[in-house]
Amino acid sequence: MPPRRDSVRGEPTGESPDSAVSVSSLAMFVKAIVEGSAPPLWVQGEVTGFKMYRTGHWYFTLRDADAQVRCVVWQRDASRIPAAPDEGMRVVAFGRLNVYAARAEVQFAITRLESEGDGLWRKAFEEAQARLAADGLLDPSRKRRLPKYPRVIAVVTSPDGAALHDIVAVTRRRDPTVSIVVVPALVQGENAPRSLHSALRRVAKWGRADLVIVGRGGGSREDLWAFNDERVARAVAACPIPTISAVGHEVDVSLCDLVADLRAATPSAAAESAVPVRAEVEAGLVRFGGRLRNALSRRAERARTEYARAQRDLVQSARRAIELRRAWLGAQTARLDALSPLRTLDRGYAVARAADGTPLTSVADFVAGADFSVVVRDGTVDARATAVHPEEK
Amino acid sequence: MSFEDDLARLEAIARALEGDRLPLDEALRLFEEGVARLRAASAALETAESKVKRLVQAEDGSLTVEDLPT
Repeated sequence: MPPRRDSVRGEPTGESPDSAVSVSSLAMFVKAIVEGSAPPLWVQGEVTGFKMYRTGHWYFTLRDADAQVRCVVWQRDASRIPAAPDEGMRVVAFGRLNVYAARAEVQFAITRLESEGDGLWRKAFEEAQARLAADGLLDPSRKRRLPKYPRVIAVVTSPDGAALHDIVAVTRRRDPTVSIVVVPALVQGENAPRSLHSALRRVAKWGRADLVIVGRGGGSREDLWAFNDERVARAVAACPIPTISAVGHEVDVSLCDLVADLRAATPSAAAESAVPVRAEVEAGLVRFGGRLRNALSRRAERARTEYARAQRDLVQSARRAIELRRAWLGAQTARLDALSPLRTLDRGYAVARAADGTPLTSVADFVAGADFSVVVRDGTVDARATAVHPEEK
Repeated sequence: MSFEDDLARLEAIARALEGDRLPLDEALRLFEEGVARLRAASAALETAESKVKRLVQAEDGSLTVEDLPT
Protein backbone atom coordinates (compact mmCIF):
# COMPACT_ATOMS: atom_id res chain seq x y z
CA MET A 1 0.00 0.00 0.00
CA PRO A 2 1.42 3.37 -0.97
CA PRO A 3 1.87 5.95 1.80
CA ARG A 4 -0.96 8.42 2.23
CA ARG A 5 -0.50 11.58 0.32
CA ASP A 6 -1.31 15.13 1.17
CA SER A 7 -4.70 15.61 -0.32
CA VAL A 8 -3.71 18.66 -2.36
CA ARG A 9 -0.04 18.21 -3.31
CA GLY A 10 0.34 14.55 -2.86
CA GLU A 11 3.31 14.98 -0.43
CA PRO A 12 3.84 12.65 2.57
CA THR A 13 2.60 14.37 5.75
CA GLY A 14 4.11 12.05 8.35
CA GLU A 15 0.76 11.64 9.96
CA SER A 16 0.78 7.85 9.62
CA PRO A 17 3.23 5.15 8.70
CA ASP A 18 1.80 5.34 5.21
CA SER A 19 2.75 9.00 4.82
CA ALA A 20 6.18 8.81 6.57
CA VAL A 21 8.48 11.62 5.44
CA SER A 22 12.04 11.13 4.32
CA VAL A 23 14.99 11.88 6.61
CA SER A 24 15.89 14.72 4.30
CA SER A 25 12.43 16.18 4.69
CA LEU A 26 12.75 15.95 8.45
CA ALA A 27 16.10 17.70 8.31
CA MET A 28 14.68 20.40 6.08
CA PHE A 29 11.80 20.71 8.53
CA VAL A 30 14.23 21.31 11.39
CA LYS A 31 16.11 23.80 9.27
CA ALA A 32 12.96 25.71 8.37
CA ILE A 33 11.75 25.88 11.97
CA VAL A 34 15.08 26.89 13.47
CA GLU A 35 16.19 29.34 10.83
CA GLY A 36 12.72 30.77 10.41
CA SER A 37 12.03 31.50 14.04
CA ALA A 38 15.30 32.48 15.75
CA PRO A 39 16.31 36.11 15.16
CA PRO A 40 20.00 37.07 14.91
CA LEU A 41 21.32 37.66 18.39
CA TRP A 42 24.38 38.20 20.58
CA VAL A 43 25.59 35.23 22.58
CA GLN A 44 28.28 35.17 25.23
CA GLY A 45 30.41 32.18 26.04
CA GLU A 46 33.81 30.62 26.13
CA VAL A 47 35.61 29.44 23.00
CA THR A 48 36.82 25.87 22.81
CA GLY A 49 38.07 23.55 20.07
CA PHE A 50 38.88 26.27 17.56
CA LYS A 51 39.80 25.06 14.05
CA MET A 52 40.45 27.05 10.93
CA TYR A 53 39.81 25.13 7.71
CA ARG A 54 41.82 25.59 4.61
CA THR A 55 38.81 27.28 3.07
CA GLY A 56 39.19 30.04 5.67
CA HIS A 57 36.04 29.04 7.59
CA TRP A 58 36.35 28.87 11.38
CA TYR A 59 34.74 26.16 13.49
CA PHE A 60 34.61 26.06 17.27
CA THR A 61 32.30 25.48 20.19
CA LEU A 62 30.86 28.12 22.48
CA ARG A 63 30.08 26.88 25.95
CA ASP A 64 29.21 27.83 29.44
CA ALA A 65 29.00 25.69 32.57
CA ASP A 66 25.95 23.79 31.40
CA ALA A 67 25.79 23.70 27.63
CA GLN A 68 27.68 24.05 24.39
CA VAL A 69 26.77 25.02 20.84
CA ARG A 70 28.72 24.36 17.64
CA CYS A 71 29.69 27.58 15.88
CA VAL A 72 30.88 28.51 12.42
CA VAL A 73 32.36 31.71 11.04
CA TRP A 74 32.33 31.75 7.27
CA GLN A 75 35.54 32.93 5.62
CA ARG A 76 33.97 36.19 4.42
CA ASP A 77 33.04 37.13 8.00
CA ALA A 78 36.23 35.73 9.52
CA SER A 79 38.33 38.06 7.36
CA ARG A 80 36.69 41.04 9.08
CA ILE A 81 37.45 39.81 12.59
CA PRO A 82 40.86 41.11 13.70
CA ALA A 83 42.20 37.77 14.97
CA ALA A 84 41.14 34.25 15.69
CA PRO A 85 40.05 33.69 19.31
CA ASP A 86 42.25 31.74 21.67
CA GLU A 87 41.20 28.58 23.46
CA GLY A 88 39.19 29.48 26.54
CA MET A 89 38.76 33.12 25.49
CA ARG A 90 35.52 34.69 26.69
CA VAL A 91 33.73 36.25 23.75
CA VAL A 92 30.46 37.75 22.65
CA ALA A 93 29.34 36.65 19.21
CA PHE A 94 26.64 37.96 16.95
CA GLY A 95 25.01 35.55 14.53
CA ARG A 96 22.02 33.41 13.82
CA LEU A 97 21.11 29.80 14.27
CA ASN A 98 21.73 27.75 11.24
CA VAL A 99 21.04 24.09 10.50
CA TYR A 100 23.42 21.91 8.60
CA ALA A 101 20.74 19.99 6.78
CA ALA A 102 22.77 16.88 6.01
CA ARG A 103 22.98 16.18 9.72
CA ALA A 104 20.12 18.30 11.01
CA GLU A 105 22.69 19.78 13.33
CA VAL A 106 22.18 23.19 14.77
CA GLN A 107 25.11 25.52 14.61
CA PHE A 108 25.50 29.19 15.43
CA ALA A 109 26.71 31.08 12.36
CA ILE A 110 28.71 34.02 13.65
CA THR A 111 29.23 37.23 11.72
CA ARG A 112 30.80 39.37 14.44
CA LEU A 113 33.00 38.31 17.27
CA GLU A 114 34.36 40.43 20.09
CA SER A 115 36.39 39.37 23.03
CA GLU A 116 35.87 40.71 26.49
CA GLY A 117 38.12 43.68 26.91
CA ASP A 118 40.10 44.12 23.69
CA GLY A 119 41.65 40.68 23.50
CA LEU A 120 41.14 40.07 19.78
CA TRP A 121 42.35 43.49 18.73
CA ARG A 122 45.34 43.20 20.96
CA LYS A 123 46.07 39.73 19.71
CA ALA A 124 45.84 40.80 16.07
CA PHE A 125 48.07 43.77 16.82
CA GLU A 126 50.64 41.70 18.66
CA GLU A 127 50.77 39.07 15.95
CA ALA A 128 51.33 41.65 13.24
CA GLN A 129 53.83 43.49 15.41
CA ALA A 130 55.78 40.26 15.89
CA ARG A 131 55.91 39.68 12.13
CA LEU A 132 57.10 43.25 11.51
CA ALA A 133 59.71 42.85 14.22
CA ALA A 134 60.86 39.54 12.73
CA ASP A 135 61.47 41.38 9.45
CA GLY A 136 63.47 44.03 11.28
CA LEU A 137 60.97 46.76 10.44
CA LEU A 138 60.74 47.95 14.05
CA ASP A 139 64.49 48.35 14.45
CA PRO A 140 65.16 51.84 15.85
CA SER A 141 68.16 52.13 13.53
CA ARG A 142 65.74 52.14 10.58
CA LYS A 143 64.34 55.49 11.70
CA ARG A 144 65.45 58.15 9.29
CA ARG A 145 66.12 61.76 10.17
CA LEU A 146 63.36 64.00 8.89
CA PRO A 147 64.36 66.77 6.50
CA LYS A 148 64.76 69.98 8.51
CA TYR A 149 63.27 72.17 5.83
CA PRO A 150 60.77 70.22 3.75
CA ARG A 151 59.43 72.21 0.81
CA VAL A 152 56.85 69.65 -0.37
CA ILE A 153 54.86 67.57 2.10
CA ALA A 154 52.66 64.73 0.87
CA VAL A 155 49.68 63.95 3.10
CA VAL A 156 48.11 60.53 2.76
CA THR A 157 44.62 60.95 4.20
CA SER A 158 41.02 61.65 3.34
CA PRO A 159 40.73 64.86 1.28
CA ASP A 160 37.62 65.75 3.28
CA GLY A 161 38.85 64.92 6.75
CA ALA A 162 39.78 67.04 9.73
CA ALA A 163 43.33 65.72 9.53
CA LEU A 164 44.03 67.44 6.22
CA HIS A 165 42.36 70.62 7.43
CA ASP A 166 44.54 70.69 10.56
CA ILE A 167 47.76 69.93 8.70
CA VAL A 168 47.07 72.67 6.14
CA ALA A 169 46.17 75.18 8.87
CA VAL A 170 49.27 74.50 10.96
CA THR A 171 51.58 74.45 7.93
CA ARG A 172 50.17 77.75 6.62
CA ARG A 173 50.65 79.36 9.99
CA ARG A 174 54.24 78.20 10.29
CA ASP A 175 55.36 78.64 6.71
CA PRO A 176 52.88 79.50 3.95
CA THR A 177 55.43 78.69 1.25
CA VAL A 178 55.59 75.00 2.06
CA SER A 179 53.57 72.99 -0.48
CA ILE A 180 51.10 70.35 0.59
CA VAL A 181 50.07 67.60 -1.79
CA VAL A 182 47.14 65.49 -0.72
CA VAL A 183 47.22 61.86 -1.70
CA PRO A 184 43.59 60.87 -1.26
CA ALA A 185 42.88 57.65 0.59
CA LEU A 186 40.03 56.08 2.47
CA VAL A 187 40.92 56.14 6.15
CA GLN A 188 38.24 53.91 7.57
CA GLY A 189 36.11 51.00 6.53
CA GLU A 190 36.83 47.73 4.89
CA ASN A 191 38.59 49.22 1.88
CA ALA A 192 40.78 51.63 3.83
CA PRO A 193 43.84 49.35 4.09
CA ARG A 194 43.96 48.77 0.35
CA SER A 195 43.36 52.45 -0.34
CA LEU A 196 46.08 53.61 2.11
CA HIS A 197 48.47 51.03 0.74
CA SER A 198 47.94 52.17 -2.82
CA ALA A 199 48.21 55.87 -1.86
CA LEU A 200 51.56 55.21 -0.16
CA ARG A 201 52.79 53.46 -3.29
CA ARG A 202 51.70 56.44 -5.40
CA VAL A 203 53.66 58.85 -3.17
CA ALA A 204 56.73 56.66 -3.49
CA LYS A 205 56.36 56.46 -7.25
CA TRP A 206 55.77 60.20 -7.62
CA GLY A 207 58.93 60.82 -5.60
CA ARG A 208 58.69 64.62 -5.43
CA ALA A 209 57.76 64.96 -1.78
CA ASP A 210 60.38 65.64 0.90
CA LEU A 211 58.23 64.15 3.61
CA VAL A 212 55.07 62.05 3.93
CA ILE A 213 52.47 62.44 6.66
CA VAL A 214 50.04 59.52 6.84
CA GLY A 215 47.11 59.70 9.18
CA ARG A 216 43.60 60.73 10.12
CA GLY A 217 41.81 62.43 12.98
CA GLY A 218 40.65 60.61 16.07
CA GLY A 219 37.97 57.96 16.09
CA SER A 220 36.95 54.68 17.61
CA ARG A 221 39.32 51.77 17.65
CA GLU A 222 37.54 50.26 14.67
CA ASP A 223 37.71 53.56 12.77
CA LEU A 224 41.45 53.63 13.27
CA TRP A 225 41.99 49.98 12.56
CA ALA A 226 43.24 50.50 9.00
CA PHE A 227 46.39 52.00 10.54
CA ASN A 228 46.95 48.70 12.31
CA ASP A 229 46.77 46.82 9.06
CA GLU A 230 49.97 44.97 8.44
CA ARG A 231 50.06 45.75 4.72
CA VAL A 232 49.64 49.45 5.43
CA ALA A 233 52.39 49.34 8.02
CA ARG A 234 54.67 47.57 5.55
CA ALA A 235 53.92 50.20 2.91
CA VAL A 236 54.86 52.93 5.41
CA ALA A 237 58.07 51.07 6.23
CA ALA A 238 58.86 50.67 2.53
CA CYS A 239 58.28 54.33 1.70
CA PRO A 240 61.53 55.77 0.31
CA ILE A 241 60.61 59.20 1.70
CA PRO A 242 60.75 59.90 5.47
CA THR A 243 57.37 59.37 7.10
CA ILE A 244 55.40 60.80 10.01
CA SER A 245 52.45 58.82 11.24
CA ALA A 246 49.66 60.96 12.62
CA VAL A 247 46.73 58.87 13.76
CA GLY A 248 44.60 60.85 16.14
CA HIS A 249 44.60 58.71 19.19
CA GLU A 250 45.90 59.42 22.62
CA VAL A 251 46.50 56.10 24.26
CA ASP A 252 47.13 53.40 21.71
CA VAL A 253 50.03 53.10 19.38
CA SER A 254 49.25 51.92 15.85
CA LEU A 255 51.40 49.66 13.73
CA CYS A 256 51.95 52.63 11.42
CA ASP A 257 53.28 54.60 14.41
CA LEU A 258 55.79 51.85 15.08
CA VAL A 259 57.25 51.76 11.58
CA ALA A 260 57.07 55.48 10.72
CA ASP A 261 60.20 57.58 11.16
CA LEU A 262 58.31 59.79 13.60
CA ARG A 263 55.08 59.28 15.49
CA ALA A 264 52.93 62.34 16.06
CA ALA A 265 49.96 62.21 18.42
CA THR A 266 47.74 64.19 16.08
CA PRO A 267 47.82 65.52 12.50
CA SER A 268 48.42 69.05 13.88
CA ALA A 269 51.37 67.79 15.90
CA ALA A 270 52.73 66.12 12.76
CA ALA A 271 52.67 69.44 10.88
CA GLU A 272 54.34 71.17 13.81
CA SER A 273 57.15 68.63 13.87
CA ALA A 274 57.54 68.76 10.11
CA VAL A 275 57.51 72.48 9.33
CA PRO A 276 59.90 74.95 10.93
CA VAL A 277 58.47 78.41 11.59
CA ARG A 278 59.44 80.56 8.64
CA ALA A 279 60.19 83.63 10.74
CA GLU A 280 62.69 81.57 12.74
CA VAL A 281 64.29 80.25 9.57
CA GLU A 282 64.67 83.80 8.27
CA ALA A 283 66.07 84.97 11.58
CA GLY A 284 68.47 82.04 11.35
CA LEU A 285 69.66 83.24 7.95
CA VAL A 286 70.19 86.75 9.29
CA ARG A 287 72.19 85.29 12.19
CA PHE A 288 74.33 83.38 9.71
CA GLY A 289 75.07 86.60 7.85
CA GLY A 290 76.15 88.20 11.14
CA ARG A 291 78.30 85.24 12.09
CA LEU A 292 80.05 85.25 8.73
CA ARG A 293 80.78 88.99 8.83
CA ASN A 294 81.91 88.93 12.44
CA ALA A 295 84.12 85.94 11.88
CA LEU A 296 85.69 87.49 8.82
CA SER A 297 86.30 90.86 10.44
CA ARG A 298 87.86 89.15 13.45
CA ARG A 299 90.00 87.15 11.08
CA ALA A 300 91.01 90.32 9.22
CA GLU A 301 91.74 92.10 12.49
CA ARG A 302 93.96 89.24 13.49
CA ALA A 303 95.70 89.38 10.12
CA ARG A 304 96.39 93.10 10.59
CA THR A 305 97.78 92.45 14.06
CA GLU A 306 99.93 89.65 12.75
CA TYR A 307 101.20 91.85 9.94
CA ALA A 308 102.09 94.68 12.30
CA ARG A 309 103.84 92.28 14.66
CA ALA A 310 105.74 90.66 11.80
CA GLN A 311 106.81 94.07 10.53
CA ARG A 312 108.00 95.11 13.96
CA ASP A 313 109.79 91.82 14.44
CA LEU A 314 111.45 92.16 11.08
CA VAL A 315 112.73 95.65 11.77
CA GLN A 316 113.93 94.63 15.19
CA SER A 317 115.74 91.58 14.01
CA ALA A 318 117.32 93.49 11.13
CA ARG A 319 118.49 96.11 13.57
CA ARG A 320 119.82 93.50 15.94
CA ALA A 321 121.65 91.77 13.09
CA ILE A 322 123.28 95.01 12.06
CA GLU A 323 124.34 95.76 15.61
CA LEU A 324 125.74 92.30 16.04
CA ARG A 325 127.76 92.61 12.89
CA ARG A 326 128.97 96.04 13.85
CA ALA A 327 130.09 94.80 17.24
CA TRP A 328 131.78 91.83 15.67
CA LEU A 329 133.53 94.06 13.17
CA GLY A 330 134.76 96.33 15.97
CA ALA A 331 136.11 93.37 17.89
CA GLN A 332 137.83 92.00 14.84
CA THR A 333 139.31 95.39 14.08
CA ALA A 334 140.70 95.72 17.60
CA ARG A 335 142.11 92.22 17.42
CA LEU A 336 143.71 92.84 14.05
CA ASP A 337 145.00 96.07 15.31
CA ALA A 338 146.63 94.39 18.29
CA LEU A 339 148.30 91.86 16.07
CA SER A 340 149.34 94.27 13.37
CA PRO A 341 153.12 94.34 12.68
CA LEU A 342 152.72 98.04 12.18
CA ARG A 343 152.24 98.35 15.95
CA THR A 344 155.51 96.46 16.51
CA LEU A 345 157.33 98.74 14.08
CA ASP A 346 155.92 101.65 16.03
CA ARG A 347 157.68 100.32 19.05
CA GLY A 348 161.06 100.45 17.17
CA TYR A 349 161.37 96.96 15.75
CA ALA A 350 162.17 96.35 12.08
CA VAL A 351 161.28 93.55 9.66
CA ALA A 352 163.63 92.15 7.06
CA ARG A 353 162.06 91.07 3.78
CA ALA A 354 163.34 89.37 0.70
CA ALA A 355 162.95 91.06 -2.66
CA ASP A 356 159.70 89.09 -3.19
CA GLY A 357 158.36 90.31 0.18
CA THR A 358 158.93 87.07 2.11
CA PRO A 359 159.76 87.88 5.75
CA LEU A 360 163.36 86.87 6.64
CA THR A 361 163.15 85.58 10.22
CA SER A 362 166.10 83.22 10.50
CA VAL A 363 169.81 83.31 9.56
CA ALA A 364 168.91 80.47 7.25
CA ASP A 365 166.71 82.89 5.24
CA PHE A 366 169.68 85.12 4.49
CA VAL A 367 172.28 84.55 1.82
CA ALA A 368 175.58 86.43 2.26
CA GLY A 369 175.89 89.09 -0.32
CA ALA A 370 172.14 89.07 -1.20
CA ASP A 371 169.99 92.20 -1.22
CA PHE A 372 166.99 92.54 1.05
CA SER A 373 164.95 95.33 2.50
CA VAL A 374 164.31 96.45 6.03
CA VAL A 375 160.88 97.80 6.90
CA VAL A 376 160.82 100.32 9.73
CA ARG A 377 158.09 102.50 11.23
CA ASP A 378 158.15 105.12 8.54
CA GLY A 379 159.54 103.42 5.42
CA THR A 380 161.79 100.87 3.77
CA VAL A 381 165.58 100.70 3.67
CA ASP A 382 167.46 98.70 0.97
CA ALA A 383 170.22 96.54 2.50
CA ARG A 384 172.77 93.78 1.73
CA ALA A 385 173.83 90.84 3.91
CA THR A 386 177.60 91.04 4.20
CA ALA A 387 177.95 87.94 6.37
CA VAL A 388 175.65 85.38 8.04
CA HIS A 389 176.47 84.19 11.63
CA PRO A 390 174.29 81.40 13.00
CA GLU A 391 174.02 81.54 16.79
CA GLU A 392 176.40 79.23 18.61
CA LYS A 393 174.42 76.55 20.49
CA MET B 1 71.90 72.07 -3.76
CA SER B 2 68.89 72.04 -1.43
CA PHE B 3 67.96 74.66 1.12
CA GLU B 4 68.93 72.24 3.83
CA ASP B 5 72.34 71.56 2.24
CA ASP B 6 72.90 75.30 1.94
CA LEU B 7 72.21 75.75 5.64
CA ALA B 8 74.39 72.83 6.63
CA ARG B 9 77.23 74.24 4.53
CA LEU B 10 76.70 77.69 6.05
CA GLU B 11 77.02 76.21 9.52
CA ALA B 12 80.25 74.49 8.54
CA ILE B 13 81.60 77.68 6.98
CA ALA B 14 80.68 79.79 10.02
CA ARG B 15 82.38 77.31 12.33
CA ALA B 16 85.52 77.17 10.21
CA LEU B 17 85.70 80.97 10.07
CA GLU B 18 85.12 81.27 13.80
CA GLY B 19 87.76 78.64 14.46
CA ASP B 20 90.70 81.05 13.87
CA ARG B 21 92.76 78.36 12.24
CA LEU B 22 92.38 79.27 8.61
CA PRO B 23 94.95 80.97 6.41
CA LEU B 24 93.63 84.36 5.39
CA ASP B 25 93.10 83.51 1.73
CA GLU B 26 91.12 80.41 2.70
CA ALA B 27 89.04 82.49 5.12
CA LEU B 28 88.25 84.97 2.35
CA ARG B 29 87.30 82.21 -0.05
CA LEU B 30 84.97 80.63 2.54
CA PHE B 31 83.41 83.98 3.33
CA GLU B 32 82.58 84.51 -0.33
CA GLU B 33 81.08 81.04 -0.56
CA GLY B 34 79.07 81.69 2.60
CA VAL B 35 77.64 84.91 1.20
CA ALA B 36 76.67 83.12 -2.03
CA ARG B 37 74.94 80.35 -0.12
CA LEU B 38 73.17 82.79 2.13
CA ARG B 39 71.84 84.50 -0.96
CA ALA B 40 70.68 81.17 -2.45
CA ALA B 41 68.95 80.18 0.79
CA SER B 42 67.18 83.53 1.05
CA ALA B 43 66.05 83.24 -2.57
CA ALA B 44 64.62 79.78 -1.84
CA LEU B 45 62.46 81.32 0.87
CA GLU B 46 61.11 83.93 -1.52
CA THR B 47 58.80 81.51 -3.35
CA ALA B 48 55.19 82.54 -3.49
CA GLU B 49 52.56 81.24 -1.15
CA SER B 50 51.73 77.72 -2.17
CA LYS B 51 48.36 76.12 -2.78
CA VAL B 52 47.21 72.77 -1.51
CA LYS B 53 47.44 70.31 -4.38
CA ARG B 54 46.28 66.82 -4.97
CA LEU B 55 48.20 63.91 -6.42
CA VAL B 56 46.21 62.34 -9.24
CA GLN B 57 46.95 59.31 -11.33
CA ALA B 58 46.16 59.51 -15.03
CA GLU B 59 44.75 56.64 -17.09
CA ASP B 60 48.24 55.71 -18.21
CA GLY B 61 49.39 55.47 -14.59
CA SER B 62 51.43 58.66 -14.66
CA LEU B 63 51.17 60.90 -11.59
CA THR B 64 50.57 64.64 -11.63
CA VAL B 65 49.41 67.26 -9.16
CA GLU B 66 46.42 69.52 -9.63
CA ASP B 67 44.90 72.21 -7.45
CA LEU B 68 42.60 70.83 -4.83
CA PRO B 69 39.05 71.96 -5.55
CA THR B 70 37.87 73.88 -2.52
